[in-house]
Amino acid sequence: MTASLSLPASVVAVGSEAASEADCFHCGLPVPPDTHYRVRVQEREQALCCPGCQAVAQTIVDSGFADYYQTRSSFSASAREVPGSVGDLIPEALRLFDAEEEQQRYARAAGNLREAVFSVEGIRCAACVWLIERRLARLPGVAEASMNVASERLHLRWDPALCQPSQVLAGLRQIGYTAYPCDPVRQAAQLQKSGKKLFRQVFIAGLCMMQVMMYAAPAYMSDADTMDGDMASLMRWASLLLTLPAVLYSAQPFFIGAWNSLKSRALGMDVPVALGIAAAFVGSTISTLRAVGEVYFDSVTMFIFLLLCSRYLELLARRKASGALEGLQHAMPASALRMLADGRQEVVAAGRLQRGDVIRVRPGEAFAVDGVLKECAATVDLSLLTGESRPQTRQPGESIPGGAVNAGQAALLQVTRPLADSTLSALLRLAERAGQAKPRIAQWADQVAAWFVLALLLLALGVFIAWNVIDPARAWPVAIAVLVVSCPCALSLATPSVLAAATDALVRRGVLVVQPHVLETLHRASHIVFDKTGTLTVGQPVLQACSVLSPDLTRERALQVAAALEGASLHPLARALLVAASDLPGLQVTQLQSFAGQGLQGEVEGCVYRIGSQEFVQALAGKPLRQVSSVDGTQVFLGNDSAWLACFTIEDAVRPEAASVVARFQAAGKKVMLLSGDSQGNVSRIAAQLGIEHALGGQSPHDKLERVQYLQSNGAVVAMVGDGINDAAVLKAADVSFAMGGGAALAQVHADAVLVSGRLSGVWQTADCARRAMLVISQNLAWASLYNLLAIPAAALGWLNPWLSALGMSLSSALVLLNALRLARLPKED
Amino acid sequence: MEALYILIPVSVALVFLAVWIFLRATDTGQFDDLKGPGMRILQDDDRGTGRDNKET
Repeated sequence: MTASLSLPASVVAVGSEAASEADCFHCGLPVPPDTHYRVRVQEREQALCCPGCQAVAQTIVDSGFADYYQTRSSFSASAREVPGSVGDLIPEALRLFDAEEEQQRYARAAGNLREAVFSVEGIRCAACVWLIERRLARLPGVAEASMNVASERLHLRWDPALCQPSQVLAGLRQIGYTAYPCDPVRQAAQLQKSGKKLFRQVFIAGLCMMQVMMYAAPAYMSDADTMDGDMASLMRWASLLLTLPAVLYSAQPFFIGAWNSLKSRALGMDVPVALGIAAAFVGSTISTLRAVGEVYFDSVTMFIFLLLCSRYLELLARRKASGALEGLQHAMPASALRMLADGRQEVVAAGRLQRGDVIRVRPGEAFAVDGVLKECAATVDLSLLTGESRPQTRQPGESIPGGAVNAGQAALLQVTRPLADSTLSALLRLAERAGQAKPRIAQWADQVAAWFVLALLLLALGVFIAWNVIDPARAWPVAIAVLVVSCPCALSLATPSVLAAATDALVRRGVLVVQPHVLETLHRASHIVFDKTGTLTVGQPVLQACSVLSPDLTRERALQVAAALEGASLHPLARALLVAASDLPGLQVTQLQSFAGQGLQGEVEGCVYRIGSQEFVQALAGKPLRQVSSVDGTQVFLGNDSAWLACFTIEDAVRPEAASVVARFQAAGKKVMLLSGDSQGNVSRIAAQLGIEHALGGQSPHDKLERVQYLQSNGAVVAMVGDGINDAAVLKAADVSFAMGGGAALAQVHADAVLVSGRLSGVWQTADCARRAMLVISQNLAWASLYNLLAIPAAALGWLNPWLSALGMSLSSALVLLNALRLARLPKED
Repeated sequence: MEALYILIPVSVALVFLAVWIFLRATDTGQFDDLKGPGMRILQDDDRGTGRDNKET
C-alpha cells in the first residue's frame, strides 16, 4: 500500500503512533502488560488493549475496511465498554427494538421502506463517517444510511422485509459504535426545528439591518444642502421596504411572546420590545408616507437583529446541553429474561411483565421489577435504593425490590408486582410530589421584569402626553425615542447572555446544566448536602488494607492466592481483590467450592485455602485469631489448614477530590452536610475523614426529603448532590441539585445539573462559575441601569437625536455581550 | 448623483434576491451539517468499498 504517502501529516502521525507497542492500535489507550491481543493490519501485527478493541479491529480488517486505519486522523473510541462488540451474536436486549410497538415509537413508514433517526456515539473523525456509511450500505435491506456529523445523527432507511433495526445496531457495535434510536417527537427534534427557524430569522434580520444602515448613514451625515428631498425620500422608501421582512418575519418571536404574555395577563420583557418595534415602525412608516419627521428604520432592524442574536446564543447553549443529556439517558428499554413453561427463556420489556411471571436475573444485572426470590439465595446490592453500601444476602422467599442489582450468582425471581406498581415507580411518584413544592425563583424574576416594563410603558405614555402639551409635533417621535432608547436590549441581554456563556463553558468541563436557574440558586445556597455512596465515595468497594497474619508470607503472595480463589466470583468484594491483584501473575486453583454467604475454598499448589468470613476460615485454620483489630469496612480473611494468613480490609473508597471540594465550600461559608442511607458508623467515619460536621446515617428517602424540607422551612437554600434512585425525591425537593453522571438514569432526570465527567470537583467548578456569572450579571445590570437612567430622561426631554440613541444602544449591548463572553474562558483546572 | 436613483432600487432587489437564495439553501439542508462535507471530501470514493475489492 502506497496510499499513505499522499496522506496529510496528521494521518501519518497517528499511524506511526499506533505502531508503538505501548498504546492500543485501535483506541490509543495504554496496552496493559501481559496481555496479548493482536490484529494483523496490512502485513503488520498490531497490539490492542482489550478483547473489545480486538474484536472491533478484526471485524474492520476482515470486512475489507482496513483503509480506515490509514485515513483516520484521531484514535477510535475504545471498545472496552461497548457490550456486544465481541462475537457475532446480536445482544438479546437489542431485539426489543424490533418489536412492532417499539418501532412505531421511533420509526415511520416511507413507502415500502421504514425510516428512522439513530444517535451514534464515538464519532471522532471523517474516517468514522466513512466506516459507518460503508458498513451499513453492505447490510442487506439498508436502502440509505447518511450520517450528520454535527449532530451525530444517523438517518437510516431500510426494508423491513430484509432487515431489522437490531441488525443495524449490532452491525454498528461490531465496528465499535454504540447507537440507539432517537425519538423524533422528543424535545431535541423540536429544538432542532425551532433552531432552524431562528437561524433564518437572525440571518434575514442581519441582512436587512446592514442594508438599512447603508441608507441611514447618508441621512445622518448630510443636511438640506448636500442631499435633496427626492433622494432622502427614496432612501426612506428603500429602508421601509427592507425593514418589512425584518419586522414581519424576523420579529415574530417578540410579537408572539408579547401576545402570549398578554393573554396570560402578565407583562413580560417581550411586551415593550414588541411595542417599541411596532411603534417605531408605524411611526417611521407614517413619516415616510407624509415625508416629514424622523425615521427609525435603522434602529428597528438593529434591535431585532441584536435581540435575536442573544436568543440564538441561548438556544445553541440549550441545544448543546440537551444533546449531551440525551446521550446520558440510554434509550434502551428496561428488559427482563422471562422463563417460559417449557424451560426456554425470552427477552421481554420490563413493562410487560405480569404478576406471577418468573424471571432470571443474571449476575450484575438489575432486578427489573419487585418480586420474591425463588430456589436459591442471592446477594443483592441495594445501594441504589437505600444507600446501604454493602451487598446483602437474601434467602429464598424473601422479597427483593426492583432496581436492586444482583451481586452474586444468577437468581430466579417471581414477579409480585408489575412495573407500574413497583417500588421504583413509588419512588418516582414521591419525586413528582416533591417537585410541585419547589420554590420558583423564575417567577420572582418575571415579576421584577413586569414591574420594570409597566413603569417604562407608563413613562412613555406620560412623556407622550407631556409633549402633546408642550409641542404636539414632537410628541410621537419623543415617545418612540423613550421606548427605543430604553428598549431593554442591554437589560434583556444582561442575564441570558451570561447564563448561556457560563452554561457553554461548564458543558466543556463536563458539567451539564439542565435547568436555567442552577447558577443563580447555587450562588445563593446556604447548605450543600451530599449523599455518601457513589457521591463522596467511588461507590465500589476497594481494597484499603492488607494485613499479613503469618510471618512466612508476603503481601503479594497473599493477594495472589486470594485473587486465584476469587477469580470466578462476581461478588463485589471479590472484584475489589481482583482489581488489587491485577498486576500480579495469576495462580491455578483446583477443587474450588463455594459456600453461600460464607466464602470460598480451593486448592492452590497442593495446599487447601479458605477465604471469607472469620468463622468460616476459623473452621479450617483451627485456633482462634488472637488479635482482631477493630477496623472499619468489611474484613475478608484468608487461611489454610494450619494458620491464619491474611486479613483484607475492603471498603468503599472516598473520592480523591472529595476532601478539597468539601473544604472549599466550607471556606466559602456554606454549611456542608452528609445525609446517607448507610449505617451511622460508616457515615460518621467518612464525615470525620472529610471534615464534615453534620452527618446523618440511616436515612430513608423519606427521611432525607423531610430533613431537606425542614432546612428549607428555616430559610435555608439547599443544594443537594446525589447519585442513586433513592435520591430522586430529595434531588427534586432541593433548591438546586446535582447528579453524578455515573449514577442511575432516574436521578439525572430529576437533577438540575448532571456531572457528566463523574468528577465531584464539577460541583465546585459550577459554584465558582456561578459566582463569577453572578458578578458579570450584576456588572451588566449595573451598566444597563446606569445607561437607562441617563438615556431615558435624555430621550424624554427630547435631547437625543436618532443616530445618537442608536449608537448608544448598540455600544451598550455590545459591551454587555463582550462582558458575558469573558465567562466562556474558564481558568485552568486546579 | 443621478446614478443613485437606479442603484438604490437595484440594491433593494439584490437584497431580496439574497434572501430568496438563502431561504432556498436552508430548505435544501445546506446548513444542516456544517462539519461533515468538509471531512468527507478527504475520503476517496473508489477504494475500500468492502470485501469485493480487498485484493486491489
